[in-house]
Amino acid sequence: MSLSPDDIKVGETRESVLVDDLKRTRIVQYAGASGDFNPLHTDERFAVEAAGYPGVFAHGMLTMGMTGRVLTDWVGPESLLRFGVRFKAQVWPGDTLTATATVESVEETPAGPVAHFSLRTLNQDGAEVVTGTAAARLEQ
Amino acid sequence: MTGQSFPVEAGHILMFARAIGDENPAYQGETALAPPTFTMASAHHDPDYHLRPKPGEEWFGSGAGPGVMAEGGGGLHAEQHFEYHRPVRAGETLYAHFTLGRSWEKQGRSGRLLFSERITEYRDADGEPVVSAKTVAVVPEGPATRKEDAR
Repeated sequence: MSLSPDDIKVGETRESVLVDDLKRTRIVQYAGASGDFNPLHTDERFAVEAAGYPGVFAHGMLTMGMTGRVLTDWVGPESLLRFGVRFKAQVWPGDTLTATATVESVEETPAGPVAHFSLRTLNQDGAEVVTGTAAARLEQ
Repeated sequence: MTGQSFPVEAGHILMFARAIGDENPAYQGETALAPPTFTMASAHHDPDYHLRPKPGEEWFGSGAGPGVMAEGGGGLHAEQHFEYHRPVRAGETLYAHFTLGRSWEKQGRSGRLLFSERITEYRDADGEPVVSAKTVAVVPEGPATRKEDAR
């Protein structure tokens, strides 16, 4: 599945609620699947008493992974050329995250048309937790 | 083939897709495609990966006590970038090649921040590039400070 340039317009956006009231178990699930067992993310006692945080917080890569869905649901999982993010703020248990992807430009390249996206994931207070960009191949 | 081998398994992709909350049918079945951030899970196949407890080795998380924050262990993930040369599918083996990228410092609110890049090039059995990944980590210089203000 991939989109043609006729299916996509500059300025068009897609928004998706990635998670509503993030549970600690989801973070544990991501630790197990990814292999990143940093206790900062799953071990409340360590996070508070040894590391000095208010509590455990999600792996940045969990937020990036969830954010990727707004792209792959739109352009298809086989079309991505680039996907990059900056982690702007921590994601805590209880957070609700909403991601928005916006088409910034459609470029003609020798290999065919490419759509460029900006990405923004916000928490329930409207604070940015992730920002980024992506590029996807479109059908010729 | 050189590099650290990373067998891409259908069951692992399914578990990873569930963990990121994505039930796209493309990520299911014998020939599942891998989600865009899946190559991070190659950590499972890194024998020396420091963020996995290992038998007979001290682990820094809590047990009878609260655990110990390692020296310079206050590192956080600042940025992550992927470049896709082609999709990754279950049933293939990738080979990870690690290199260090740039490093730089920046003045933060409570001291100097040290940034460093780690680049992982995932190649296939023919040596062709599949995914290029760049991790930017940031570590605050000096003693770990309490982080009540982090929220």
